[in-house]
Amino acid sequence: MSDLFSKFDALIAERAGVLAKGIRDPFAIVMQEVKSPTVAIIDGKETILLGTYNYMGMTFDPDVIAAGEQALRKFGAGTTGSRVLNGTYQGHKECEDALKDFYGMSHAMVFSTGYQANLGMVSTLAGKGDFIILDADSHASIYDGCYLGNADIVRFKHNSAEDLEKRLRRLPPEAGKLVILEGVYSMLGDIAPLQELVAIAKAHGAMVLVDEAHGMGFFGENGRGVYEAAGVADDVDFVVGTFSKSVGTVGGFCVSNHPKFEILRLVCRPYTFTASLPPAVVACAATSIRKLMHAGDKRARLWDMSRKLHSGLIARGFRLATDSCESAIVSVLMPDQETTVRMWQAMLELGVYVNMSRPPATPAGVFLLRCSLCAEHSAEQLDTVLERFAMAGTAVGLFADA
Amino acid sequence: MTDRAQVYARIIELIEPLNPKKVALTEDTSFAGDLEMDSLTVMDLVASMEDEWDIVMPLNMLPDLETVGQVADAVTRLVTK
Repeated sequence: MSDLFSKFDALIAERAGVLAKGIRDPFAIVMQEVKSPTVAIIDGKETILLGTYNYMGMTFDPDVIAAGEQALRKFGAGTTGSRVLNGTYQGHKECEDALKDFYGMSHAMVFSTGYQANLGMVSTLAGKGDFIILDADSHASIYDGCYLGNADIVRFKHNSAEDLEKRLRRLPPEAGKLVILEGVYSMLGDIAPLQELVAIAKAHGAMVLVDEAHGMGFFGENGRGVYEAAGVADDVDFVVGTFSKSVGTVGGFCVSNHPKFEILRLVCRPYTFTASLPPAVVACAATSIRKLMHAGDKRARLWDMSRKLHSGLIARGFRLATDSCESAIVSVLMPDQETTVRMWQAMLELGVYVNMSRPPATPAGVFLLRCSLCAEHSAEQLDTVLERFAMAGTAVGLFADA
Repeated sequence: MTDRAQVYARIIELIEPLNPKKVALTEDTSFAGDLEMDSLTVMDLVASMEDEWDIVMPLNMLPDLETVGQVADAVTRLVTK
């Protein structure tokens, strides 16, 4: 009998090799206590959280918590059902209403996770004979949505308007086309040139879906995302997003003005064939989304913190993935896997948690220590983080041959 | 006219820079097994072949294209279509 696990042997060996060097597993962190959006206890030690995507710090917002508690008592712990059967409660409608108001769009559909929102939208919108044209650096949920569906998948070079144009030109003019873009790309923290890309997509008769998972809350006048800041709202057909970043809980969604949008509830399998979000979660989400409409102060603080971390790291000799601060993600380029893991561990031992990212999650063999900012990070925490980055970088010899 | 032999020869040239271990390239050389290419490298190779022959090679074709010979067949089909 052949062991079905033998295909994982190379990865098992690679992991064993890393762990044998006395390095702890970067993918097995346990948050024993979470004190605030920016502080948790890891291994009994107070740790600054600098890699949570909790951009707007809504996880502990008192109004959000109160709404969740009330819904938990009033509607119970879970819905035990699909959105199209017994799983749509008053709270799910209110959450979709909040999204419609936030985005100024006529339709909103809430999924159980952001992953499922992309899986569902991508696989359902483009069918057999249609084409999906996606950015090479698209999130796994977009790629997986492609593979769940039956469309032909064409990939263009990351953020390249020229490459998108070239690939669209080769497609049959009459075929259905869906161009998929992201506002912020979460690995390097760079943003998409949406003005150019959306114009090209429209010129070739494609519908456009923009994933604003990492842009919601603090890009554009109303915090709708990079597409709003870029001034292309009228040309974007679908916006996909998540509750697990700026909104501060879990869930995914798509908003649109398409007149036939509601039919998706019956044909979108990752929406239909799964249980809906628990009442407490949609209550938290709806409250948080409505508060994010008026979060100008938090937005300003988040941008201020992000810029300071970006410039502070450059001043201390680190190489970053973007020349300037483009989003609330600041990614530090690392030379190789071993230095990355050692640096990540040194940071953790100094009381700062960041994300470690490696291929194939990252593009082109890049190793990263990825930081994401929170509007609730204090100036003191930022100073501490910068100081510890410098200490850790020196300790692992990052600057030795620079 | 582009015949299969020309396509095959050019594909070999395109693979060469992605073959650091200098694995011998034949019709039966497999991308995942012999060349140990990861999915990102394979997708980049597809992009370079699309540009070389001005064709569309959708990524959903890839599961059926395991060897250099199979890719040469597919490209030849797309070019002569």
